[in-house]
Amino acid sequence: MTASPWAGKAGALRPGTAAAATAGVTPFAVGLLLAAALQYAVGPAVGPFFSDLLIKIGINVILAVSLNVVNGYTGQFSIGHAGFMAVGGYAAGALTYYTSMLAWGGPQVQGGVFGVGSALFVGACLVGGLVAAAAGWAVGLPSLRLRGDYLAIVTLGFGEIVRVLLQQTQDVPFTADEARALSPVEMATHLGGSLGFSGIPFYTNLFWVWCFVTLTLLVAYRLKESTFGRAFLSIRENEIAAEAMGVDTTRYKVRAFVIAAFFAGVAGALFAHKIGTTLNPRELGFMKSFDIVIMVVLGGMGSISGATIAAVLLTVLPEALRGAADYRMIVYALMLVLVMIVRPQGLFGIREIWELPPFARRRGR
Amino acid sequence: MSLVAPGHPLLELQDLHVHYGAIHAIKGISLSVRQGEILTLIGSNGAGKSTTLRAISALVRASGGRILYRGHAIQGYRADQVVGMGIAHCPEGRGVFPAFTVRENLEVGAFLRKDREGIEADIETAFTRFPVLRQRARQPAGTLSGGEQQMLAISRALMCRPALLLLDEPSLGLAPQVVQTIFAIIREINRAGTTILLVEQNAHMALQVAHQACVLDVGTVVASGPAADLARSDEVKKAYLGGH
Ligand SMILES: Nc1ncnc2c1ncn2[C@@H]1O[C@H](COP(=O)(O)OP(=O)(O)OP(=O)(O)O)[C@@H](O)[C@H]1O
Ligand SMILES: [Mg+2]
Repeated sequence: MTASPWAGKAGALRPGTAAAATAGVTPFAVGLLLAAALQYAVGPAVGPFFSDLLIKIGINVILAVSLNVVNGYTGQFSIGHAGFMAVGGYAAGALTYYTSMLAWGGPQVQGGVFGVGSALFVGACLVGGLVAAAAGWAVGLPSLRLRGDYLAIVTLGFGEIVRVLLQQTQDVPFTADEARALSPVEMATHLGGSLGFSGIPFYTNLFWVWCFVTLTLLVAYRLKESTFGRAFLSIRENEIAAEAMGVDTTRYKVRAFVIAAFFAGVAGALFAHKIGTTLNPRELGFMKSFDIVIMVVLGGMGSISGATIAAVLLTVLPEALRGAADYRMIVYALMLVLVMIVRPQGLFGIREIWELPPFARRRGR
Repeated sequence: MSLVAPGHPLLELQDLHVHYGAIHAIKGISLSVRQGEILTLIGSNGAGKSTTLRAISALVRASGGRILYRGHAIQGYRADQVVGMGIAHCPEGRGVFPAFTVRENLEVGAFLRKDREGIEADIETAFTRFPVLRQRARQPAGTLSGGEQQMLAISRALMCRPALLLLDEPSLGLAPQVVQTIFAIIREINRAGTTILLVEQNAHMALQVAHQACVLDVGTVVASGPAADLARSDEVKKAYLGGH
């Protein structure tokens, strides 16, 4: 046994901030190129149906990989991810809708993929993420102090509260004049109620979705390989021992929760601006949260590649089973039971696909 | 924090109380661990030994009394802050991170340290001390035997270079030979300068390696003094050294 295979690995565990920043550049550039290829080559080639599927896949990958930071890395059990998606989606949707109304007199898309409208949209995605992150902090701080299952209950309640509150909102104004008559506070209470928020401009496309997928995957990966990731995973492995090793468990749990909420908010924003979406509180309720939880459990709690692959599978599967939509939950349940019997740790467990045989040997692990 | 000369108290408990809800687990314990010593805390099941260690490392909150470390009151600090002060806790039942490799476990032990070279050197020290850990370096810790896990847990606690090591039943469930090894290592760690507060069921072994001893019973100290004296005391013999 030599220590050499570890020399590089140990270095990768605690990258300096500068190293961490530059190490992300190349993969991010690759991700951007892929996103551009999807937008300009793949999308036109496969047509609108499959483009839409690729967008849905991207959004679900963001949701699953981000929930994995909480449920997988830190071993907490959040079942309200769709609640953060809703918060981000409504915040971003309202921002672009009302800004478009006030600035351009209507909710039409302005400019091309890199036009002024897209700038507003990307800004709105980030704002949606930040608002969701703030909600995550408010929910996480009190509930993550406690050990055990409080988080599941609190996040479940949070998702329901968000749904009910959104259902109480007023109709969205249809004309620029009606929109101008509202104060900003009133705008926040005119989000379409239980009928849904329609008219949000359709800015979401393959390029922007897969840019954010790249960002999510990169952040998730850098997190896992950093000191942060070590802290997250040690909490999941043994919270008391982690605390005894000097990990401030509450702080790290809250951090994981806030990061996850941010990306759920971004996913919600992308969803809100997707062609054909009418943002509806019911659609972003418990069932959606449950879908995301299944992706994480199926992929292996803690595995980024596992969550990604599970998200792809579980987005394609319902489309394939479209004729049997009523049986979707039965198929899900059976699949979960099967995985729990055959591989209780999920498809990949805590590890990544390249860390498992037969890939592992080539990388010396 | 000031340095403590050998023989002076590194850690003092003054009238420590701990409650778990309505349960009064520690009812006013006072003891003092001197720099460079091994003090062993013995007593029957449920006496409050583990609770005492948890209170020191802030895993549970003391409900009364004072915990002085290097002369400063440290109750009220968080667990991670206490680790940062140089107090490492090797919890009961080992508590390794099962899905982490042996090496990753050791790295988490050095969580608060930033000196990568020092960490590597200390991992090397651990591997030299317990060669079996080197062989298992890339194996998930959950697949180690009980004795190997205990060796890992002790090594992991040492990774933060503690001045004071809290060891909770390191011999629990181990074969006699392995127990011998563990105790030899405990002595060696102490000789290398680490003060140790050792909780043990195996009073016989504990009284052999320790300098001082304290006997706990339902949350209070019932006897204390030099370990050799306690080992000779009829009462302790009868109650804890297999006199029944
Ligand atoms: N989390 C807890 N909640 C409630 N009571 C507890 C808790 N932990 C310990 N106790 C109680 O506190 C008392 C002391 O427990 P402690 O674990 O400190 O004993 P111990 O001396 O370490 O025993 P053992 O030798 O069996 O490990 C016991 O009566 C126990 O039941
Ligand atoms: Mg105990």
